[in-house]
Amino acid sequence: MSMTMVLLIVGMAIVTYIPRVLPLTLLEGKELPPFLQSVLRNIPFAVLGALIFPGILLIQEGNLLFGVVGALAAIILALIGANVMIVVLGSIAVLSLYIFFI
Amino acid sequence: MQMIATASSGIEFKRGLQAGTSIAVGYMPIALTFGLLAKTTGLTIAETLLMSLLVFAGAAQYISLSLIASGIGIGIIIFNTFIVNIRHFLMSASLNEKMEEDRLWKKAIYAFGLTDETFTVIATREGKSTTSFALGVMFIAYGSWVIFSGVGHFIGASLPAFLQAAMSIALYAMFVGLLMPSLKKSIKVFYLAGVAAALNCLFTFTGLLETGWAIVAATLLSSVIVELVVLFRGRVGLT
Repeated sequence: MSMTMVLLIVGMAIVTYIPRVLPLTLLEGKELPPFLQSVLRNIPFAVLGALIFPGILLIQEGNLLFGVVGALAAIILALIGANVMIVVLGSIAVLSLYIFFI
Repeated sequence: MQMIATASSGIEFKRGLQAGTSIAVGYMPIALTFGLLAKTTGLTIAETLLMSLLVFAGAAQYISLSLIASGIGIGIIIFNTFIVNIRHFLMSASLNEKMEEDRLWKKAIYAFGLTDETFTVIATREGKSTTSFALGVMFIAYGSWVIFSGVGHFIGASLPAFLQAAMSIALYAMFVGLLMPSLKKSIKVFYLAGVAAALNCLFTFTGLLETGWAIVAATLLSSVIVELVVLFRGRVGLT
């Protein structure tokens, strides 16, 4: 293992850990203003929207339809109330069939 | 004051493992490809495993490979890694609102396992999340990431092309599956996700912001705007 590579990896590990650990530890037990608390509670749902779109449509470069089919499969499965694992495996299955038959 | 602590930590850990399984499935193709790319970039299997073990951040690790290949200095690669992971500040602060109170050293341990995926699974759980649940989710996600990074390097190949393509939907499908139950129950969740999605599309397609920043800006703007609307229009219809 080269020394430079180890230094690089350790450096990357440190700067990745900082944003993960600082808020969780510095804010422990602190009562934030109500508005800020509400905003922080909104973040999981907002970030899900941003993580899904537009990424889900762009999973295969230059083939928007592939992403649309995958997105529709996931949305329909989730809408009918399937649990997360079924949504994941079902969407993979639909796209596998799509590749084989179209 | 805690409503949790009804389940023992062992049961909570197992529930975490269960909830994290879809992350493990979704990480598999990405980690395999990472291992393969690391090999073609010239990293040894030990270096590849060490990076996945210590960094555990998909996007940052992928970008580092292309920067290593281009021969850029390590200071710039480390700085770039920091920029790519800045969004975790936001997630860590939000997760803190969701988690049961616990010793600082325990929080410092599970903070390591925070990724986009573990965060969304833990933070969308109903009620408070326990330390054991978070550890379970992270353990299985981390295991998948590290093991399949190594396997990808070792066999020097990823999955068959069709499966690789089909499995690229996995994490997105998981996000949809996590969002939908709350979306059905709450119009506020609908607006939060919708506004963030629209803003992220806008930033991405206009090239206004790079992907990492686009997600941070869209998430933060949506969370604040929707909360302001709730504040000024009262809670009527937006709960």
